[in-house]
Amino acid sequence: MEPSPHTAQSNPPVAATTSNLTEKDLIRRSASTVPPPARQLEPVAKLIDVSKCIGCKACQSACIEWNDTQPAIETNVGVYENPHDLTPEMFTLMRFNEWDNPQTGNLEWLIRKDGCMHCADPGCLKACPAPGAIVQYSNGIVDFVHENCIGCGYCIKGCPFNIPRISKVDHTAYKCTLCSDRVAVGQGPACAKACPTHSISFGTKEDMKALADSRIKDLKSRGYENAGLYDPPGVGGTHVMYVLHHNDQPEIYSGLPKNPRISPVVNAWKGMTKYLGFAAMGLAAAAGVLHSTLVGPNRVTREDEDEAEKLVKESV
Amino acid sequence: MPVKDIEEGDAIEPGPPVVVDRYTGGARINHWVTAICLILLALSGLALFHPWLFFLSGLFGGGQNTRAIHPWIGVVLFFSFAGLFIRFWRANLPAQVDKDWLTHADDLLAGREERMPEVGKYNAGQKAIFWSMATLIIVLIFSGFVIWDQYFADWTTIPQKRVAVLVHSLAAVVIICVWIIHVYAAIWVRGTIPAMTHGSVTGGWAWRHHRLWLKELAERHRFKKPEAPAE
Repeated sequence: MEPSPHTAQSNPPVAATTSNLTEKDLIRRSASTVPPPARQLEPVAKLIDVSKCIGCKACQSACIEWNDTQPAIETNVGVYENPHDLTPEMFTLMRFNEWDNPQTGNLEWLIRKDGCMHCADPGCLKACPAPGAIVQYSNGIVDFVHENCIGCGYCIKGCPFNIPRISKVDHTAYKCTLCSDRVAVGQGPACAKACPTHSISFGTKEDMKALADSRIKDLKSRGYENAGLYDPPGVGGTHVMYVLHHNDQPEIYSGLPKNPRISPVVNAWKGMTKYLGFAAMGLAAAAGVLHSTLVGPNRVTREDEDEAEKLVKESV
Repeated sequence: MPVKDIEEGDAIEPGPPVVVDRYTGGARINHWVTAICLILLALSGLALFHPWLFFLSGLFGGGQNTRAIHPWIGVVLFFSFAGLFIRFWRANLPAQVDKDWLTHADDLLAGREERMPEVGKYNAGQKAIFWSMATLIIVLIFSGFVIWDQYFADWTTIPQKRVAVLVHSLAAVVIICVWIIHVYAAIWVRGTIPAMTHGSVTGGWAWRHHRLWLKELAERHRFKKPEAPAE
């Protein structure tokens, strides 16, 4: 068996390793179908424990370094977010929010590492019109394939988390890959590797859920009675999960949606509209063929021409 | 009789045979530019509408080019159709006879045109096509701007874009259906296509399908050569 990552902390294998994530491991491919994979990879997950995060942005630096992106240097506008938002060059972003806890009167500094959630039911993939531009592997990773991307931005409309960004340089969409290229050779994501407080962990989804449980128990024992795991069922669960100390109100973490799901508008557009559309266009064309067969052409007769000539002669 | 039914360049060539000028060269060029744009838009749009039709993007040099060029063709179509609108809107205003014509639409479809009331330059069906096209093009250009992310991504929110992309695809389906009806009608009613290729129709065609228009032209002496042909 090829390497299957269980942690980001361990050192990578020294020997050359072949990729464990291949075309054969796809379970979904945008605007196309894939044969059911012969093997099921162990589902993986990244667990982000918000309560351990110190906002150092080592994850952002590691992401930039590994993916070799060049986020633009921006202006300090008095907030800690840097850059100001996710960009085609910045796949993950620490979002900072000051929250006045009404129960304790404490000012809480909530820091959330934003980025692709790797949904089990990915809205981006559903919306994508370009065959093979978005793929989903059986271990749960949702990845963008840039040579197939046409830059239409439909993924942005499909995503319930506002993650993909279109590059103005090559006109293709970018987002966190969950370091699919690292995971493929048995390593964890760069951000998890770099995190100094182990706020970011990586491993099998099962292991990460167990780890989350122990963390939630600990948080509850320390008074965070609403601590919980953010693994939203509306998108089939995610392969990036959060431990939140206030899991009852995820919105306070810079707008993390409470019950994310693919918008019904997107579902209508990608579902019903297509069938109705083909039916309507097909019926219109069929009606024409049928009508022309049954009724035959509407021809001008000799009498019509005579009448016209008579009329013109009279008027002239 | 209202003069709104006569458009620029409409005139009878007394012949014989009688020929009636229906569209000027400008109107025809304007029409075909619009038609070509609409067809290109349908092809490039359908490529992005359903994976089955993605292969159509090959006609435009791949997905990236299709995505990039589709909105620009839309802009050309918008202005081109605006030209048609300015030319044709007056003659397409509703008239008293339209109601009567519509109630007899089944006679028309069954091939009993003699039972139809006499109509002017456009019958109610043609007017319906005209106004549907005009409305749908407005809907398509506005919803199109909302989802034209290359230049206007920041102008609207993602929920607004979702609604726009749904509206855009529904309006596109409807306009393609309207286009099918328009093309079918032009083929089914023989002698119609020369109006847009050569600019004129036969006197019999005008008598049969747009008798009020022909009568009005005759009444107002809209003859191409004012002096009657020498006998």
